[in-house]
Amino acid sequence: MNENIWILMSADAIAIATTLILAALGALFTERSGVLNLGIEGILLTSAISSFLAADASGSVWLGLIVGSLIGALLASIHAVLSVVFRANQIVAGLALVIFGTGLANFLGKPAEGKTVTTVINPLSFGPLSDIPVIGPIVFGQDIITYFAIAVAIVASRYLFSTRPGLELRATGDDPATVDAQGLSVARIRIRYTMIGGALVGLGGSWLMLAQSAGWHQAATTNGLGWIALALVVFAGWRPMRIIFGAVLFGFTLQLPFTLQAEQITFIPSAFLEMLPYLATLIALIALSRPGNRNLLGAPRALGTPFVRDER
Amino acid sequence: MRKNHIKGFALATAAVFGLLACGGSDAATDTTMAETVTTEAGADYSMLKVAVIYIGVPDDKGWTYQHEQGILALEAELGIEVKRVENVPEGDEAEAIMEGLAAEGYNLMFATSFGYGTPMARVAAKHAEGCFQWATGAKFLLTAEMGGEYATFGDIPANLGTYFGAAEEARYLSGIAAGAASPTGKLGYVAAFPIPEVIRGINAFTLGAQSVNPAATVQVSWTKTWFGPDTEKESAESLLAAGADVLAMHQDTTATGLAADAVGAKWVGYNSDVAEAAPNAWLTAPTWNWGPYYVQTAKAVAGGTCPSDEYYGSMADGMVTLGSFGSSVDADTQALIAEKAAAIIDGSFAPFQGPVMDQDGVEVVAADTKPELLDLLGMSYFVKGVIGSPKG
Repeated sequence: MNENIWILMSADAIAIATTLILAALGALFTERSGVLNLGIEGILLTSAISSFLAADASGSVWLGLIVGSLIGALLASIHAVLSVVFRANQIVAGLALVIFGTGLANFLGKPAEGKTVTTVINPLSFGPLSDIPVIGPIVFGQDIITYFAIAVAIVASRYLFSTRPGLELRATGDDPATVDAQGLSVARIRIRYTMIGGALVGLGGSWLMLAQSAGWHQAATTNGLGWIALALVVFAGWRPMRIIFGAVLFGFTLQLPFTLQAEQITFIPSAFLEMLPYLATLIALIALSRPGNRNLLGAPRALGTPFVRDER
Repeated sequence: MRKNHIKGFALATAAVFGLLACGGSDAATDTTMAETVTTEAGADYSMLKVAVIYIGVPDDKGWTYQHEQGILALEAELGIEVKRVENVPEGDEAEAIMEGLAAEGYNLMFATSFGYGTPMARVAAKHAEGCFQWATGAKFLLTAEMGGEYATFGDIPANLGTYFGAAEEARYLSGIAAGAASPTGKLGYVAAFPIPEVIRGINAFTLGAQSVNPAATVQVSWTKTWFGPDTEKESAESLLAAGADVLAMHQDTTATGLAADAVGAKWVGYNSDVAEAAPNAWLTAPTWNWGPYYVQTAKAVAGGTCPSDEYYGSMADGMVTLGSFGSSVDADTQALIAEKAAAIIDGSFAPFQGPVMDQDGVEVVAADTKPELLDLLGMSYFVKGVIGSPKG
């Protein structure tokens, strides 16, 4: 038992969870308003490369994070217009966004191919706190965006369940007709939260690039994290606080194959462990794609359904 | 998605390489290329239309980048322009692209990944006027097991050749640099897939390290991906946490080097000489030099001969090379590596020179013998001193 390996695994699991928390919160806000955006993976990739290019050109990671988040909101607005204004099939529009985002990211990434980003986000230093054995590297060894992501989840939970705009958001996802009768614009709320969600996803993608990968490697940069984030929302029952725990759990699962290899523990086949996060994602996505199942899982009741006033 | 795609490819690779040991073939003749080159001076290359199929992009600083360097050398030497097709998925899409190129009159095609084999063989069968070359392939693998329509070896088109090289020679030399640079003798290896090509590299690296430090061990961490920077980074970090102070890799990105650099460890790269990615960590790297092969093959085709053998290059013909040395490789070690390299090139030494023991201490190569090429191509055991399982 080499404790270094397990400390590293725990610290890395929390770090990887950052992208998952931000992307899953983005998906959660979108879905709470009644819009299903399957294009998370495409948004993650495009914002990742945008943040690379912005940070590389300006030398500022902050500008990279801002540009990545704005690009995320911009791409999400395409989905919002298609699904809210034109009432397109949201599953098809979301999948189109994945393909579009991947292609756009590869196109934008041409000049960045094989290069590493010159400025990266470094872990914060808490002085003596960071030197505490075990807890130091795990709790105090993270960077500012990781703490920010956890803070956003806590604030989001308060916002959703204890504020009036949060109530309006939940109502839009559950019963848009009532919101409409209250004199609020369902379309405006849905577009707003789809874009806010996109910005959060974009921040997650930018962080992944500027703190984790530090280099552009096409689709391997995100490697399916966007899909896992979608599944995470389902497993968290559309509740922000549960997303934190789910993301760390997924982070551990993604780390485990390497930890067990380093510890020379071989009784569990590593292929089985590597499969687990994706298997869970597959099950969640199947559940998400059938309207009947969605209600059973506790999804917003109007998720994926365009609102048409005349059909009330 | 890409991950699964690559995994599928690797499973197929592992399966077909498994057959290799019992397959039987007269692969690997280092000298045939020289014989087929006939026209040299005043040759007319205007009839040549060359295309290359890339699995990635030429700027990846890895596998495809090295092929691009070879293609650039070909263009410069023959004064021709080569058509490049990037990011081509393995499978039916590759067949459609190659079919399209053949229809446009491209009469020499290079395909730079294992999974292009069956599609290329199909196109080659339809276009007898063209010449088709498959990197990392072996023609006897194009049987029913590969999903190809060729039931027997004899049905494989005569205008299809393969090319690859003995990276294990440079792996051994890089192992010497690693063994000499490691104070603890604990080395780590970030490895893609448990297939013979990778296992051969790990073993050669280990034997090289043990030649300067007999107690050296090499711990292996499988990533199950050729190209996955985050996965490679996590794998590298877990080896460093386990105590390794030098990391080698069989991967397509520089993530391992960056992870080693972050904690002051050393790094042996692969594919390309990318010392600048992590100059303090850099020791050296086994690299590829495809240019001479591309030039020779194009000249042969211009002379009317399509090489259809299984070309297995080496350090002797220059297809396999060792990259530049980092500052932590001292002069004595460099001299020792140069001496071993000379012995490998003149044939007096081979990386798997017996006696070689496997992980359990069983002798797998007898004293004063060298393994046959087919034994190398089907290698499925780890040598003594490797920590990990060759089954992944």
